[in-house]
Amino acid sequence: MTESLRAAALSLFFLALIVGAWHLATLPKETAAAAANDEYAKLMGKGAKKSDGFPTPVQVGEAIVKNLSQPFYDNGPNDKGIGIQLAYSLGRVGAGYLIACLVAIPLGFLIGMSPLLYKALDPFIQVLKPISPLAWMPLALYTIKDSSISGIFVIFICSVWPMLINTAYGVGAVRRDWLNVARTLEVKSIRRAFQVILPAAAPTILTGMRISIGIAWLVIVAAEMLVGGTGIGYFVWNEWNNLNLTNVLFAILMIGVVGMILDFVFARFQKLVTYVE
Amino acid sequence: MSFLEIQRLAKVWPGPGGQSDTVVFENVNFAVEKGEFVCIIGHSGCGKTTILNVIAGLDQPTSGVVIMDGREIAAPSLDRGVVFQGHALMPWLTVMKNIAFGVRSRWPEWSADKVRSHCQTFIDLVGLSGAEHKKPAELSGGMKQRVGIARAFAIQPKMLLLDEPFGALDALTRGTIQDELLKIVQATHQTVFMITHDVDEAILLADKIILMSNGPRAVIAEIVANTLPRDRTRHTIFHEPHYYKARNHLVDFLVNRSKLYQRGDALEGYDPLAPPVIRPGIDPSRLAAAVVQLAPVPTPAPTTERRHAP
Repeated sequence: MTESLRAAALSLFFLALIVGAWHLATLPKETAAAAANDEYAKLMGKGAKKSDGFPTPVQVGEAIVKNLSQPFYDNGPNDKGIGIQLAYSLGRVGAGYLIACLVAIPLGFLIGMSPLLYKALDPFIQVLKPISPLAWMPLALYTIKDSSISGIFVIFICSVWPMLINTAYGVGAVRRDWLNVARTLEVKSIRRAFQVILPAAAPTILTGMRISIGIAWLVIVAAEMLVGGTGIGYFVWNEWNNLNLTNVLFAILMIGVVGMILDFVFARFQKLVTYVE
Repeated sequence: MSFLEIQRLAKVWPGPGGQSDTVVFENVNFAVEKGEFVCIIGHSGCGKTTILNVIAGLDQPTSGVVIMDGREIAAPSLDRGVVFQGHALMPWLTVMKNIAFGVRSRWPEWSADKVRSHCQTFIDLVGLSGAEHKKPAELSGGMKQRVGIARAFAIQPKMLLLDEPFGALDALTRGTIQDELLKIVQATHQTVFMITHDVDEAILLADKIILMSNGPRAVIAEIVANTLPRDRTRHTIFHEPHYYKARNHLVDFLVNRSKLYQRGDALEGYDPLAPPVIRPGIDPSRLAAAVVQLAPVPTPAPTTERRHAP
């Protein structure tokens, strides 16, 4: 058996272990009180067939099948399929992330090429970077006056820093030898930027982009919980208000799966531009 | 006027925080004729690479000028191909594309086909046929350096600058590539300026060997003309009558005499601007004279060092 096959088997074993433990922990308990006083138990919601306690694996499994079999239904503002909610979230992340790319990569290029600019902008970056993106939310809501665009802004502000810093670092750390080769070959500056500096810094830039997309996906859930309306974050909040923990668990699983896919896609991009020295 | 003239070149590093400046080298004066192969030998820290970088246009001297073909060198140019010490290939490009990168700069109007066939010629020339589409990481050290040489040759520069190109290679590979370089240079009559640490390499390749004294305050101590016939090869040089004389002269310089020059006043009749030209085996009188002139310097090394202490 190969290494990866063994690893897969072990993964399945761990999964079985977790689900098994979960199943045991959520087994319905016949409490003494329920046996003694049926009426009281009924009043307390205990002893009833439908348990309001923590969802069991079977319930979550049913929810997964139910939600995924009809991902795009739309029954009004508070009842949309998971596919629609995820699409809203991905749309916001995509828009905010794209704007962040358009700002961070060219700016990072400039900062990386100019040590003066690097030093001048460093204090701003250092102060702005550690601010939780959600702290910007009130300011965004007040100035932009649109909750959806405010969400996009929050995604922008949280994805911009890792990309900016990594681009600046990658561009600044391009090997002198390669730049000297370009100089001795009288390579013009545009061609140097795109054919020497960009490919040389691409692995570092992609690392920043991969970190950024991860953060953006983390932040969108919280942002949508705040602004409401649509999106996977709102879905979680809505189901919490419905006290439907089964759907909350299902949403958590979906957030994880989508995050994993996003990371996987960026890992692929990263592999494409990585070179061996 | 010679093809390349280096006139009174000096490089000074300003001392940090008010300390005295460090003169790396000064009064460096020499010329390279068209088609000549010149090697420069000296211990680490004498500023060889700085001199090469100044000729390449990558570095600025503190004073002095370099004139090539009647024009002062101020910036890098496609007229001078550089082979870097660490080969400096772009790891994300294949062999073909690394070479094409330079060819496109030289002849931007060429079609893709013409660029490819031109590159292929030079890939074949350095014996890399079949490796065109490999990335540098898939090549051995010797093959990488061949790509570096092909890239420099492919732009057909007026002059080739090599910064210790074989330093990182094992002896066997080095020998093979030296032979190939010699063959190409003899066929193309390329003008070459090369840094080396290897005395045998210098004797094999160079028409003229410039000996640098130890730095700081390095100067050109001597210029040794190669007295071996030009059609020499790696396997025949040992049988040449002047080979051991030349070799001993160079080794003796590196071991014993290279440290004597830091005291400019210790050597009578020595003028760094017109260093003696020595032809080992041909004119023994001059060689003897030079040795006599240089040898009886009673200065022990510590005195030399104390002179430059802050």
